[in-house]
Amino acid sequence: MKVSLFVTCLVDQLCPNVGVATVEVLRRAGCEVVFDERQTCCGQPAFNTGYRKEASKFAKRFIEIFESSDAEAIVSPSGSCTAMVKHFHELFPDEPEWRQRAEKIAAKTHEFGSFLVNVLKVEDIGAASTGKITWHDACHGLRDLGIRSEPRKLLKNIKGVEFVEMENADVCCGFGGTFSVKYPEISAGMLDNKIEMIEKSGADTVVACDASCLMQINGRLSRIESKVRTKHLAEVLAGSEPPA
Amino acid sequence: MQQLTAETFDQNARAALNDPVLHGALRNLADNFVTRRQNAIASVDDWEGLREKARAIKEETLLHLDEYLSQFVENAEKAGAKIHWARDGKEACQIVIDLVKNRDARMVVKAKSMAGEEIHLNEALERSGIEPVETDLGEWIIQLAGETPSHIVVPAIHKTKEQIADIFVEKVGIEKTDNVDVLTKTTRRILRERFAEAEVGISGVNFGVAETGTILILENEGNIRLTTSLTKTHIAVMGIEKVIPKFADLDVFLKLLPRSGTGQRLTAYQSLITGVKKNAADAGPEDVHIVLMDNGRSRMLGHPVTRQSLACIRCGACLNACPVYQQVGGHAYGSVYPGPIGAVITPQLIGISKAKQLPYASSLCGACKEVCPVKIDIPELLLHLRAEITDGTAGGSANNPERKRRFAESLAFKMYGKAWSGQFSYGLGTKAARLMQKLVVRDGKIGKASGMIAKLLPPLGAWTAWRDAPAVAPRSFREQWKDGLDKQG
Repeated sequence: MKVSLFVTCLVDQLCPNVGVATVEVLRRAGCEVVFDERQTCCGQPAFNTGYRKEASKFAKRFIEIFESSDAEAIVSPSGSCTAMVKHFHELFPDEPEWRQRAEKIAAKTHEFGSFLVNVLKVEDIGAASTGKITWHDACHGLRDLGIRSEPRKLLKNIKGVEFVEMENADVCCGFGGTFSVKYPEISAGMLDNKIEMIEKSGADTVVACDASCLMQINGRLSRIESKVRTKHLAEVLAGSEPPA
Repeated sequence: MQQLTAETFDQNARAALNDPVLHGALRNLADNFVTRRQNAIASVDDWEGLREKARAIKEETLLHLDEYLSQFVENAEKAGAKIHWARDGKEACQIVIDLVKNRDARMVVKAKSMAGEEIHLNEALERSGIEPVETDLGEWIIQLAGETPSHIVVPAIHKTKEQIADIFVEKVGIEKTDNVDVLTKTTRRILRERFAEAEVGISGVNFGVAETGTILILENEGNIRLTTSLTKTHIAVMGIEKVIPKFADLDVFLKLLPRSGTGQRLTAYQSLITGVKKNAADAGPEDVHIVLMDNGRSRMLGHPVTRQSLACIRCGACLNACPVYQQVGGHAYGSVYPGPIGAVITPQLIGISKAKQLPYASSLCGACKEVCPVKIDIPELLLHLRAEITDGTAGGSANNPERKRRFAESLAFKMYGKAWSGQFSYGLGTKAARLMQKLVVRDGKIGKASGMIAKLLPPLGAWTAWRDAPAVAPRSFREQWKDGLDKQG
């Protein structure tokens, strides 16, 4: 299957290894991966802050770029960015043509883990690793896209790894985009609860399919010099280590 | 106690976060109520189907609210209830005061009513020389403490047992004890004396049935039974959105509300009141008055997105599920209705300009949407309100004082919009960021930003106060793609 990668601005600039791992895993699963270099951002930060005019500009650009591809699916290593694409149509209340185009693109766009399990029907990618892994249910992936069982299936099939379920895995990590800097103390309080649950689980690695949550969680783990690491689902499945 | 307002939410929140006693109380709420609700909904075969039914009933009602209200009024009046219309809180309070004065009553017993809180009824009664006596234990406690409720369903949830015991010592004059039995019996003794002397009882309404003119009120303590049946006059304050079409619809809501709110299959008492008694010799009030109140609700009907706000059945489930509420509690919101539902209806009830922080006081996690028994899409509402606050467009505007105030943020988003609308400028931005970050990056990450840098880049300061920040990678994904990743595999 031909897949067009929607790498996301966050992954592209802050954790490109996640993008590399995503490509690797998709290729291992038998996909041909193409990447349209014109892509920039889905516009979620603007939409979430209320700037719908800016958000609709991003949406239109995204739709035009990905419409020009003959790929069968658009795959993204981000639950929240994928969810944003599914919400594009809300930006065109008075533009029925754009709304239709948005809905068409949305139907082809998939979050990475969900794509593997639900579209490619792959639950074991032949990955191997070590240690104790726990999964954090990022909010958009869970509640907007309904992704819950898919990543757990993929993680449980990794040879050599022990999967543990943490308490309150589905409670928000406190990122919430600009919320994390508009209300940093509340964000920190929520983050502390998440860290507490991670530590309680005994895991040495926290995995999620959202670089934004991982940035939030890793930010605190790093500050407190915890031994627990964060990894993106694609990185764990690719068995790849982030560069030093 | 100084009244907190929604306009100072950020300060209120910070104060709340620094309160270890409150932190403990909220922790209890989070741990207990979430589990209780989960256990309770497990006893329903098709919980999702029930939610969908409730949502549909509410949507149908709101689309034809005028018809159902008329039907409700007709049937309630047929059964002997007196209907009063109040455009706003001021009118509602005046109607209530006049009814109380008609009875020559100097005190009233009150069942817990969020609609009553909304219109500051107690203050209005007191100003008119009438003493309101709260009879719900939680409401009575905070009335003694001179506070406002911090939760829609459990008003004193922010108080610990020790704090409550102290209030009893100070205001009731008993000896210090942490024996819950003693505290409860003391309350019962005092309240029963007030019930005995009361001639007027004021309550809210959970549901008003159009088909029969019946009002339904739910409770656990029995104080609503006493308030509405021992007194000579019963006054019920009812928001116009509380009406539902058929008596049979109650079945759906009775299955949803107690489970969602307190994790009970059913509350201890459900009072179904249809008009007044048929015979004077029967027990019960001589007159029943229903005050139908608008107070901003009809304004919300107009837009399909905001209309769903009126579906709320005031169960409090969204508060219990909300990780932000769990951190800061109800008072931080500075509004009668706190938590997720409060964040969306407060700006609509009191005006967006007075509550512009509230729609942003959320990480948009959606836990509220997941637990709402009537499927209100609170995140959608929050986003709608955020767009209203910014007028939907970045960049300052003379016509919108809020956009002027948010000038820095607005400008940043305008620049982000422009810079990232093209591949080239996006790439340039990345290169610029890599260069500038040399000032702050150490060991591949950004630690706590120093005073000067934190001042120049407040978001960086805010982030790094508690967390390290990642550096922009030396080689972006797209650079690696061009460098050969495209050819591999």
